[in-house]
Amino acid sequence: MPTVSFTSALQRFVAAPTADVEAETVGDALAAVFASRPALRGYVLDDQGAVRRHVAVYVNGQPIKDRALLTDAVRPRDEIYVFQALSGG
Amino acid sequence: MTDRLYVGTRKGLFELTRSDRGWEIVDVQFLGDPVSAVLAESDGSVYAALDLGHFGAKLWRRGADGAWSELAVPVFPAKPDDDADDPHPWSLGKIWVLEPGGMPGRLWAGTMPGGLFRSDDGGQSWSLNEPLWRMPERRQWQGVAGGEQPGINSVLIDPRNPDDIRIGVSTAGVWASADAGASWRLINRGMHAEYMPPERRDDPIVQDVHRLARCAADPEIVWCQHHNGVFRSEDGGATWRELMAIRPSKFGFAVAAHPHDPDTAWFLPAVKDERRIPVDGKVVVTRTRDAGRSFEVLRNGLPQRHAYDLVWRHALAVDASGDRLAFGSTSGGFWISEDGGDSWTMPEMRLPPVAAVRFS
Repeated sequence: MPTVSFTSALQRFVAAPTADVEAETVGDALAAVFASRPALRGYVLDDQGAVRRHVAVYVNGQPIKDRALLTDAVRPRDEIYVFQALSGG
Repeated sequence: MTDRLYVGTRKGLFELTRSDRGWEIVDVQFLGDPVSAVLAESDGSVYAALDLGHFGAKLWRRGADGAWSELAVPVFPAKPDDDADDPHPWSLGKIWVLEPGGMPGRLWAGTMPGGLFRSDDGGQSWSLNEPLWRMPERRQWQGVAGGEQPGINSVLIDPRNPDDIRIGVSTAGVWASADAGASWRLINRGMHAEYMPPERRDDPIVQDVHRLARCAADPEIVWCQHHNGVFRSEDGGATWRELMAIRPSKFGFAVAAHPHDPDTAWFLPAVKDERRIPVDGKVVVTRTRDAGRSFEVLRNGLPQRHAYDLVWRHALAVDASGDRLAFGSTSGGFWISEDGGDSWTMPEMRLPPVAAVRFS
């Protein structure tokens, strides 16, 4: 199962433990996490379900391509990492 | 008079109380996080909206037991395909102002990108005011200077009738609803926007209303700090008269209305509009007590040399007595008056940049 983990910067605001989920896309993986932790969703996605402008989602160390619909495919051993997109100095 | 106030800053929420030693900080919450709006309700609950740089707008409430808990934030509905050309995002930017709705449990939240939200359960859940959001004219709203999104900066609820609402929008003038938000109309006449092309200067929808303030005892009296001057309305915000006597300048963001005296209001003037600093580096408050015919410049206790404090639109507050006022600045300056602005003191502290000040 793909693994979803979150930056420690997020843990300051809301509990976000690492989770193994059944999913074939990034969107499915995040939805599976949010199903058990609904308060987490608004920290990662905007009102339309896209990745927040200043949040980054990587799979195996590479940024996802579809930040709006989250259709990037994931395989069973993939590691999805959600963290803050740094901007500025 | 009120002995407690809250200061929302770029780096947290500060609670101050007055004791024999004067005003001092008694509690700090959300240290390090930007606070965009604060509301202290009469039942003792306190609301704080956060504007987290990476993780979006959040809303917290402190209940009667003193414990803080996170609430749901207002959420925009799914954007229909038909609205693909809407110039503004259908996603909460930040909560810019929170106001009590005049009945138990009711709150209004004015937001960027211009959505007005209502809660009837003390902030546990929110619904977008669809009639305002769906108005075709809403697409003409312009972004706040320095940002891309329009924002509702003021929500005035008529104390005689909670269904009677005025909102001030940066940048879209003054809108009114007489039916709890079921329908809206643009009502402001008499304002002018000097920077616009000549044929649009008097157009009500282009008016950059920085902040509205209403006299609680005489709700027809509404004051406005506008991008191009200060204005007063005696008919609930429909027609406006510019107050030409204001000094030392007519630009600024904040205004406070005396809760009992309809002829008294306070403003915080600054150099317009590209510079946005106090005139001559002196922090002053300007007060009218005769409905804007004349203004007094109040400076007793305020820095008068090399002071570059700008005061944002929600960072000036007056308490229910009209005697106590407080304001905070972009430089972290913070001053309190207990005599209607005649004299000011600065508690011993240096705050982060101040966004919002509210008495409890």
